[in-house]
Amino acid sequence: MLALQGGVREHARMLVGLGADVVPVRRADQLDALDALVLPGGESSTIDRLLRVLDLRDPLRAAIAQGLPVLGTCAGLILLADRIEDPAPGQQTLGVLDVTVRRNAFGRQADSSEETVATVLGPVRAAFIRAPLVVSVGEGVEVIARRGAEPTDTDAPIVGVRCGDVTGIAVHPELTGDATFHRALLGQAAVRRAG
Amino acid sequence: MVPMAQNTPGTDAPATGSPLVKRGLADMLKGGVIMDVVTPEQARIAEDAGAVAVMALERVPADIRAQGGVSRMSDPDMIEGIMREVSIPVMAKARIGHQVEAQILEHLGVDYIDESEVLSPADYAHHIDKQPFTVPFVCGATNLGEALRRIAEGAAMIRSKGEAGTGDVSEATKHIRTIRKQIAELAALHASSPEELYVAAKELQAPYELVREVAERGELPVVLFTAGGVATPADAALMMQLGADGVFVGSGIFHSGDPARRAAAIVRATAQYDDPAAVADASRGLGEAMVGISVADLPAPHRLAERGW
Repeated sequence: MLALQGGVREHARMLVGLGADVVPVRRADQLDALDALVLPGGESSTIDRLLRVLDLRDPLRAAIAQGLPVLGTCAGLILLADRIEDPAPGQQTLGVLDVTVRRNAFGRQADSSEETVATVLGPVRAAFIRAPLVVSVGEGVEVIARRGAEPTDTDAPIVGVRCGDVTGIAVHPELTGDATFHRALLGQAAVRRAG
Repeated sequence: MVPMAQNTPGTDAPATGSPLVKRGLADMLKGGVIMDVVTPEQARIAEDAGAVAVMALERVPADIRAQGGVSRMSDPDMIEGIMREVSIPVMAKARIGHQVEAQILEHLGVDYIDESEVLSPADYAHHIDKQPFTVPFVCGATNLGEALRRIAEGAAMIRSKGEAGTGDVSEATKHIRTIRKQIAELAALHASSPEELYVAAKELQAPYELVREVAERGELPVVLFTAGGVATPADAALMMQLGADGVFVGSGIFHSGDPARRAAAIVRATAQYDDPAAVADASRGLGEAMVGISVADLPAPHRLAERGW
């Protein structure tokens, strides 16, 4: 998992609990050995800045373009997105998922919450922490979770998207310990490894 | 819990202000640098440099020290100006025990309240009861007992205190080492003689349930940052090597010769704290560090870390 800043420990704990070997990635050469990657939550503007200062942004883009399965949560979703509606000045993304996101879309910390989100993988208990929202999705991107509604309810806010092996969710299942998305990622990793 | 919509299985009403949600934001700040700022312009520099959050306050600790007088919560206009300027979380300080300042800050919508010994205490016996607030609190601590008393009152994040406004990192070192050592001692006790945890709780002057939780986990139930006297990238990396989850930098940035550059350098050194080449690179050409004052030269009444009970 990308381990520059943010909720690294919680994801690592869950993945280890599911039997995975977890490598904290801070250098480009550490990407080669991976079967899957988690982009954790944190401050998206900070992680973006560190990715560029440490020359990790392009290698990361390349690895994902070559089919490395990825799960991005919260700030990780923002990093995956092609476009940010309200970036911090100069903020960039990896641009590997054809969606537009809005940062802190549900308000400030007082509005952060814990709730169950209906997803295509079933109900997931998760936390919204100053969470982003997906405001629009490009062709070929599947909506996998909406807030307060079933994924098929087109009026509800989009909080999870997927395109191929790239998955982005606005919420933090690693804070509640709900392993649904982590299991799915490890499943993708196993397929990639076998393939 | 009341379902949000009866016909949508798998969903429920959002629970705001739960301990998980309060602690969760601190979890997302780990590995980052939180910077003291007194104007929107400084907040902009901090965000551009990669700060994970800013602390809005009227005077940085070095100026509070130099100017003296009673130090209080900042003007709401100033805090809101900073909230408008940046998109990263904004924290602000309330005086120890001053629940009304905390209510004002919650009303303004700040993301975290620091019940801080850097301001003049409003109560020399009690801290704020932080449980009823939706907004999370961070509190200072010099040792594990103090940290656990704050957590019992509802703090969702702890920062070791250090001695703010000095540029002298020695107290920060002492406090983070003390807290880590006391946690290790509890973990050892849990393994060897768990029945002695009752007396450990008495000695720490902390609730037994929290003491046992720390002993079982071998870590605090909340994020532990460090603060007080951090002035260089190497100082920040030192705190991370000593086991801090992240770093608060107060006067060290905006009392230095080149704040933008120093701020970015401290962010980088905090992320790459275990890579001497990276910390060396981050330390180059930063100009003057804050002048600072040695803690040993501070008469006891002027030591802020001793505030908190």
